[in-house]
Amino acid sequence: MPSADEVKNRIEAAIPGAEAVVQTPDEVHFSAHVRASAFDGLSRVQQHRLVMDIFGGELGGAIHALELKTEAT
Amino acid sequence: MSDTQIRDLIAEAISDNELILFMKGTPEQPACGFSMRTVAMLQSLDVPFAAVDILPDPRIRQELSALSNWPTIPQLFHNGELIGGCDIVTEMYESGELATTLGVQTPADAPAEAPTGDPAQAAPMGIENRLG
Repeated sequence: MPSADEVKNRIEAAIPGAEAVVQTPDEVHFSAHVRASAFDGLSRVQQHRLVMDIFGGELGGAIHALELKTEAT
Repeated sequence: MSDTQIRDLIAEAISDNELILFMKGTPEQPACGFSMRTVAMLQSLDVPFAAVDILPDPRIRQELSALSNWPTIPQLFHNGELIGGCDIVTEMYESGELATTLGVQTPADAPAEAPTGDPAQAAPMGIENRLG
């Protein structure tokens, strides 16, 4: 089971300049607030895709749910 | 039914319905909190929508995600475009952008904060599910 830190680190490593605040009550359900300059000019759907693509098949599996809020900086 | 036929039916449902929600369960009986919340937001805007339950056949979800390039459920489409999942719909609901995008006036009694959905309040909706 991934920890909040692990999820945060993976997001920040995959998206240059990203800052992620990740919370999880149980290491299965996660919520992440991600701010990144890489989001600039992208639609919300595209921003969310960038983050969700990091986890691929883990979504719905080890990561049962990832609640996302994204923001361009 | 082949995977391709399922994908064609999904594509057809998306293009035939101005507003369509792919969800777990039905608007009357959502099978997941995120689907329930999304239904509750649409209902509080009084906007009609078609709903497809993805649970009866795992290939519905598989083909939908392949088509939309979006891994999670629910997925809301408007005029053939993916609006997003529960998080994006929530953000847009609370900013008023959802009502604007859908071309409706926010009803006076609609809660400012996104409703989480109470099954007791869920009114029966027309469901179109040709994929089951």
